[in-house]
Amino acid sequence: MAYSFPEEVLEYVFAFLSSDKDRNAVSLVCKSWYEIERWCRRRVFIGNCYAVSPQIVIRRFPEVRAVKIKGKPHFADFNLVPERWGAYVYPWISAMARSYPWLEEIKLKRMVVTDESLELISKSFKNFKVLMLSSCEGFTTDGLSSIAANCRNLRELDLRESDVEDLSGHWLSHFPDNFTSLVSLNMSCLGSEVSFSALERLVSRCPNLKTLRLNRAVPVEKLASLLRRAPQLVEFGTGAYSTEIRTDIFSNLVGAFSGCKHLKSLSGFWDVVPAYLPAMYCVCSRITSLNLSYATVQSPDLVELISQCPNLKCLWVLDYIEDAGLKALSSYCKDLQELRVFPSDPYSAEPNVSLTEQGLVTVSAGCPKLQSVLYFCRQMSNAALVAIARNRPNLIRFRLCIIEPQAPDYLTLEPLDTGFGAIVEHCKELRRLSLSGLLTDRVFEYIGTHAKKLEMLSIAFAGDSDLGLHYVLSGCESLRKLEIRDCPFGDKALLANAAKLETMRSLWMSSCSVSYGACKLLGQKMPNLNVEVIDERGPPDSRPKTCPVEKLYVYRTVAGPRADKPDFVWTMDEDGALRLS
Amino acid sequence: MIMESIIFPTVKGMAEEDYFSGSQEILHFFDLMSPPLLGVEGGGRGNAPLMSSSASVDCISQSGLGLKERNYLGLSDCSSVDSSGVSNVSEENKSNLNLKATELRLGLPGSRSPERDSDFILLSSDKLDEKQLFPLLPSKDGICSLMQKSIVSGNKRGFSDTMDGFSEKKCSVFAEGKWMFNATGSDSGTPQSVIEAKLAGNAGKNVILSNNSSGTQPTMKKEVPTRALQEGHNKMNGSNNNSSAPAAKAQVVGWPPIRSFRKNTLATTLKTNDEVDGKPVPGALFVKVSMDGAPYLRKVDLRTYSTYQELSSALEKMFMCFTIRQCGSQEAPGREMMGENKFKDLVHGSDYVLTFEDKDGDWMLVGDVPWEMFIESCKRLKIMKGSDAIGLAPRAMEKSKNQN
Repeated sequence: MAYSFPEEVLEYVFAFLSSDKDRNAVSLVCKSWYEIERWCRRRVFIGNCYAVSPQIVIRRFPEVRAVKIKGKPHFADFNLVPERWGAYVYPWISAMARSYPWLEEIKLKRMVVTDESLELISKSFKNFKVLMLSSCEGFTTDGLSSIAANCRNLRELDLRESDVEDLSGHWLSHFPDNFTSLVSLNMSCLGSEVSFSALERLVSRCPNLKTLRLNRAVPVEKLASLLRRAPQLVEFGTGAYSTEIRTDIFSNLVGAFSGCKHLKSLSGFWDVVPAYLPAMYCVCSRITSLNLSYATVQSPDLVELISQCPNLKCLWVLDYIEDAGLKALSSYCKDLQELRVFPSDPYSAEPNVSLTEQGLVTVSAGCPKLQSVLYFCRQMSNAALVAIARNRPNLIRFRLCIIEPQAPDYLTLEPLDTGFGAIVEHCKELRRLSLSGLLTDRVFEYIGTHAKKLEMLSIAFAGDSDLGLHYVLSGCESLRKLEIRDCPFGDKALLANAAKLETMRSLWMSSCSVSYGACKLLGQKMPNLNVEVIDERGPPDSRPKTCPVEKLYVYRTVAGPRADKPDFVWTMDEDGALRLS
Repeated sequence: MIMESIIFPTVKGMAEEDYFSGSQEILHFFDLMSPPLLGVEGGGRGNAPLMSSSASVDCISQSGLGLKERNYLGLSDCSSVDSSGVSNVSEENKSNLNLKATELRLGLPGSRSPERDSDFILLSSDKLDEKQLFPLLPSKDGICSLMQKSIVSGNKRGFSDTMDGFSEKKCSVFAEGKWMFNATGSDSGTPQSVIEAKLAGNAGKNVILSNNSSGTQPTMKKEVPTRALQEGHNKMNGSNNNSSAPAAKAQVVGWPPIRSFRKNTLATTLKTNDEVDGKPVPGALFVKVSMDGAPYLRKVDLRTYSTYQELSSALEKMFMCFTIRQCGSQEAPGREMMGENKFKDLVHGSDYVLTFEDKDGDWMLVGDVPWEMFIESCKRLKIMKGSDAIGLAPRAMEKSKNQN
């Protein structure tokens, strides 16, 4: 047809496309669709802050209202990425301050955020609404004061698991008296006590407050007062519980909770004394999400609570729950979709609780909707993994951490290849997998053969040879992120699958056997990749080319080599010369 | 500082000689193995798991021959999916099997074997044909898709054969096949046990242990292999009391994978609960501990100890590694020789003195006041060299005599 839709119509239609994938597809249809789409894209997700530059993003998408940016590699969570590695958000904020005056949302993960950045955010974006800093660091409570004081339309302030230098709790008092727009506040990572009266007044004057996650410093006797001022809360995180149970506090709490008819999610529970848990029984029937992963409460008390939550969809808990508790979970909570069991004492040589593979097997059998698992335990068997795989072919995320590295099947002493093989074979929709235990190259053969939807794979202390890595890189079609530590994977597999790396977001390899020579070669041959060697021993040039590098981070990019590298990171460059930052 | 090798020697920590010794035991082992390997040619489907893995084995070995990186799995030469292609490779290998023995292992740069060294020299000096290095580049699409197909189809057969039913028998055949393949990577000290296992017909302890990539002898002694690794932990803990276990035990960096936020929160929570007796308890009391000459400081939670003795033991564990270095050649200690007593002598003797900074900012000798009073006023700790603590040292000598 010679006619085409008027642009306005196309724009209207495109507005219904929320997924980035769809929008990207649309923009490839033809030049005019590309143009129309880029002017109306409002949300941008940047999975790796070094894959693209702020200038490129701004040039292509001039009217963005919400950005989400991720910085450091995932293994930074476990201290494998040295300090000062990078992921500074300031260049992004400063560029967006100039070009996106109407920006409303900034969500960052694993980035370094300074007080200057926060101040710039608070002053540059008049309609700023949402700030989420997940696992970020580099700022103090002074930066929060700027946000509180200047963002008149702020709706969400979520600091989940960030490392904040806590100078004082005074920042909360910077919210002006006429500030009423708060919908969500998560300050659970902060240490200092905020002015309780300021908090009370803030909660009182914000009628739309739906999420309130307090920090440890808010004592249990103050909870009731807050809950009474915000009975519309949907998500609530308690502070710490004092160790003494007092009847007046307890009954006050019961009364306050009973007024909260909309509560769906509970968290916090630091230092919780079991005797306080019944205060929440009145809301349990509506609870869908429970984070008890800081509650050092024994299994019977946990079971008592969980048995009242038939609608539970998501449970995070410590291994105090034990196999018995998980059995109860599997019988009471048939809607369970996500389970995370964290270790209470991961560094002791002997198990301190009776939590074994059996607990997970039971839950996999009893909870038909279970799709996401994170499980720390001390023993595992192939038989158990096979059972889990057969019970739950609908698993999407399966992360198993057997605490002892390279622990074999405790019954047969074999590697766990067969077990994990069963997982990838049966769970055809598996998107995320973390391996542990004794594993040979065989498990990677299975993964490469079956895990066609796998997007993220984490490997530690596993495999025998390059073949393992080769299976994964050549077989996993949907692989986006691969992170490896302490495996005997070397140059051959990496070089043979160099092209694959361009189809992935990133590859992390630390304490493996990749030589400096191979890294240089990779960097030379693949201009669209940044091949970064992280080595705190000094310039890799000072060692033989065959010497393995400490850490390797490879990611695709259109922004060229980083300009902000610290002195222990080297980019393997196109011209083969070693270029320091 | 990379600490992951302290308790768990990683695979790369294994001596390269062990992999590439080319010792008689390894060659002998391969002679034993050759029939199944060569059973690839026209081999029945029953051998499927072995076929797929040994096909790869053969093909890998070929790559060591010349610098044919495209033969990473040797499949461009035998790129036709049918077994005749595969069997050609294995025929070729038959005569060269002994030589190939040392070339079967991959991915260990800087090995002793001369062929491998030359591989790397050539790699780094870029004399290799680019195309060979990157078989998955567009120009090689035809080949690479075939490569993938053959791998996948081979593997699928192998895997489903073993997955069906999971009978005991299949598992053991499976395990055997696995060990046969992987035994190439085991150190030369244990092929005998691998052979035994193969002959025994069932994957047993020995097989696992020989393949255990932490590889070392201690695992052979124990029923549960992990126990050996834990033994290491116990040695480190020594006389340490339980409540300070996290501080005393040497850990692999970043393992288990728990976020710092969670680790710190839990550490504090647990300590608090341990002391609960129905009384309200203040939180943890972390203070910095520095030691002269140590490159970094540590932190201890004073509330986890109830006596000076416990604190001293814990500090001993933490800073032992530094004192060994400082001892140097004079006393030639090994880690084993560095017992409690020696450290105590250092700490309370002329070499080191334990001091703390109190609320007034004064540096005081540890041990004068009752424990409760001490933790109320202690802001930080410092292990001073005796020579720096001149004013305190004489008293320290007297104190140590009194205490001991």
